[in-house]
Amino acid sequence: MSMDNYLKLEIPAKSRNEAFARVVVAAFAAQADPTIDEISDVKTAVSEAVTNAIIHGYENNTSGTIVLSATLAGKRLEITVVDYGVGIADVEQARQALYTSKPELERSGMGFTIMENFMDEISVVSKPGQGTTVTMAKVFGRYNAEQA
Amino acid sequence: MQVKLKAKGDTLVVQMRGELDHHAAGSLRTEIDARLAEAKIKNVLFNFHDVDFMDSSGFGMVLGRYKAVREKGGKVLACSLRPPVRRVFELSGLTTRIPVFGTEKEALDNLWGESG
Repeated sequence: MSMDNYLKLEIPAKSRNEAFARVVVAAFAAQADPTIDEISDVKTAVSEAVTNAIIHGYENNTSGTIVLSATLAGKRLEITVVDYGVGIADVEQARQALYTSKPELERSGMGFTIMENFMDEISVVSKPGQGTTVTMAKVFGRYNAEQA
Repeated sequence: MQVKLKAKGDTLVVQMRGELDHHAAGSLRTEIDARLAEAKIKNVLFNFHDVDFMDSSGFGMVLGRYKAVREKGGKVLACSLRPPVRRVFELSGLTTRIPVFGTEKEALDNLWGESG
């Protein structure tokens, strides 16, 4: 029986922290005994959210701060990625597949689409000039349980 | 991420090892583009055999090379995708533009079989 647990991590908006953030969440989530595919989904979603904070939230200004937190309640993992950067004026538009505000940087516009597909729930709250909060959740073993 | 670039005929083979994210994509893009400037290089083959992670920044880089190579009249191919990379490839729709092969040899045979 897994105990409820949480983590909170504050990191500068440096691209090398993308790998660090996803590995930390993957190691934390391992307590809930996820499958390899589930862990892979979580790592990818965290990578997208943290990369968005770095590139879009802080526009590659590495002095920005990203706060990553996660909670585990039974088989449910919830992850929150917060930045205090420029924010998103139109969240609906930002979430559309293939939309990117920075095509010149070879952004694919698929970050939110990946987060939506790889996690069970996602919410995006943003205010221009104040920053963005992305909250995502995934319930491990959900598909096995539904089949049983 | 560790990268080896080698020219095989008219094709640049990009062998990657590690995780292809935004952090890794920047320097890889610069390295590939330097080689793409060579007249003899027409096609690019991405070998993902030792890549265990790729996110949308990774395929943004691949898609960017696809556009550059197409302007030169060449092709971009990919081979040896592991399951996590394959999943992102399929979700992104990359497989409709970039043919995927099981091995590097199969990819090169297909390329040269068609052009020869």
